[in-house]
Amino acid sequence: MKRLPVNRLSSRTSSAIIWIVLLTLPLWMRAVGSYTELGTQVVVLALAAMALNFLLGFTGTLSFGHAAYFGLGAYGAAMTIKYLVPSTPLAILVGMAAGTIAAMIIGALIVKLRGVYFAMVTIAFGQVFYFITFRWNTVTGGDDGLSGWHRIPLNLGFTTIDIEHDGKAFYYFVLLCFALSVGVMAFLLRSPFGRTLLAIRENERRARFLGIPIERHLWLSFVISCLFASVAGALYALLNNFTDPRALYWGQSGNFVIMAVLGGMRSFWGPLIGAAIFVVLQDYVSSHTENWMSFVGLFFVLVVLFFPRGVLGIIRRRTMR
Amino acid sequence: MTQLILFNVFNGLIVGAFYALMALGLSLILNLSGVINFAHGGFLAIGGYLAYALIPFVGFWGALLIAPFLTAFLGLIVERLLIRRVYGRDPLYSLLLTFGLAYIFEDSTRFIWGAQSVPFQVPDWLMQPLSSDYFFLTGYRLFMVLLVGAAVAGLFLILTRSRLGIRIRAGTLDLETVSVLGVNVRILRTLNFGLGIYLAGLAGVLAAGMLGLSPTIGTSLIMPSFVAIIVGGLGSLPGTLLGGLLIGVASGITTVFAPSATEAIIYVMMGLVLLIRPRGLLGEEGRVQ
Repeated sequence: MKRLPVNRLSSRTSSAIIWIVLLTLPLWMRAVGSYTELGTQVVVLALAAMALNFLLGFTGTLSFGHAAYFGLGAYGAAMTIKYLVPSTPLAILVGMAAGTIAAMIIGALIVKLRGVYFAMVTIAFGQVFYFITFRWNTVTGGDDGLSGWHRIPLNLGFTTIDIEHDGKAFYYFVLLCFALSVGVMAFLLRSPFGRTLLAIRENERRARFLGIPIERHLWLSFVISCLFASVAGALYALLNNFTDPRALYWGQSGNFVIMAVLGGMRSFWGPLIGAAIFVVLQDYVSSHTENWMSFVGLFFVLVVLFFPRGVLGIIRRRTMR
Repeated sequence: MTQLILFNVFNGLIVGAFYALMALGLSLILNLSGVINFAHGGFLAIGGYLAYALIPFVGFWGALLIAPFLTAFLGLIVERLLIRRVYGRDPLYSLLLTFGLAYIFEDSTRFIWGAQSVPFQVPDWLMQPLSSDYFFLTGYRLFMVLLVGAAVAGLFLILTRSRLGIRIRAGTLDLETVSVLGVNVRILRTLNFGLGIYLAGLAGVLAAGMLGLSPTIGTSLIMPSFVAIIVGGLGSLPGTLLGGLLIGVASGITTVFAPSATEAIIYVMMGLVLLIRPRGLLGEEGRVQ
């Protein structure tokens, strides 16, 4: 019992450190020889990985198909700006709706499955959307992707924030979306609903005996997780002013999972650390060699063999001793 | 029209046979060791490329005979060095590990043999159409269907008649008891893995002759194999076989009426099966949870 306040304190300090780093990032990113867009990319992919971790780390269910909802968010946002309304917030909302509705339907089909089977079905379903975007050339641009549009400056009535050209302004816009999403997830995890998810993770049978409607909660957790993944997808499309079918490919799903595992999937902030390491490493490797796929593959193997608990998992273990 | 439909059904059957051959290997490994082998497609590609490299020396028939064994041997090494370490752990880790291996395999084949597809030569007399009305019925295609049939028959013979096969099936049901009865489970799992990879290698050689050989051949075949397993039912090898053939024929027929939905149709089928019968067509009750 004595450990609890200490833990809360340390989690509070670590949260504070993380927020300070994120808020000051554009100020020193250039100084360490990098660029703001890379920081934005880290935040966006971290949101996706944290969304996945809502399901993986806190509900104990592995989805290997989150790229589908990420990609739907991306296409929803891109198509809104290209074909409907030139509005960035609306684009994000449409992208979010696209991913969430798809997750509601597919979630209903798969909540009865468990373990390996669940993972396998999520992988397979992820591919449907890949093929739809790949084949539906006239609307989605097919293999070439959807270009010829760009993010629109934010119009607040009294002033306009130019997130289109100002990389730092866009970074802070993304960070705001990130903060809102992460805040909602943290709130949900602390709520009684979030506690039932932990109960399901620890012992599903017992949770069922306690009267928790497992299937409904799993479905909810899946949908919430996919909702935030699609927000991340929408932001990703806005970041690049472009999206293509590779955003939905299963390789991307694997990247999200490795980010969560690498950072530490039992901790709330773990996936953020994982995303930061992964993005920086990929950026470095792909600019130095054409065989980056081998490096990423090797990286997966090494993480599984030597860091299965992730960075934060190791740190926590050290401090617990 | 009849000809067109027949052509596509037959085509679908062949593609379905590939799916089935690959999915059977995946299923074997999944059932006994609980590992979803993402790298299966990579092994398939390596099987095809090894055959391609061997053809100048030993000819098509020699390559067909040797390449799958070499692939299986590679599989044994990979199992002993890497896969073995994740047995009994959360399926998450085996997925990530084989996922990484799939990347490495695809990149290495690209590095060694180039990103472009390479010509894969099949004996001329096999490529002749057997009938002028049914031009698509070449000897090679017929031969392929027969060979896949033979391979599947061989697999089921091994599983039902040989000591190894009986142990594999017993281990699928209850590995602990099999272990207690004095079977070396480590060796059993290794051999089972090798058997699954052999099937992938064989599918690779055959697919190379039919679809052409490029580094992405494995990734394009692995997803349908997953679908085949899910449609057929987890834990049931006859189900996997049925699932593979079914989705192959279904996508063949779809090619006639809605070419752009060729790939999507199998996932629609999977959705329907999960809706009506979550354990798959021939899946056993209780295996789902």
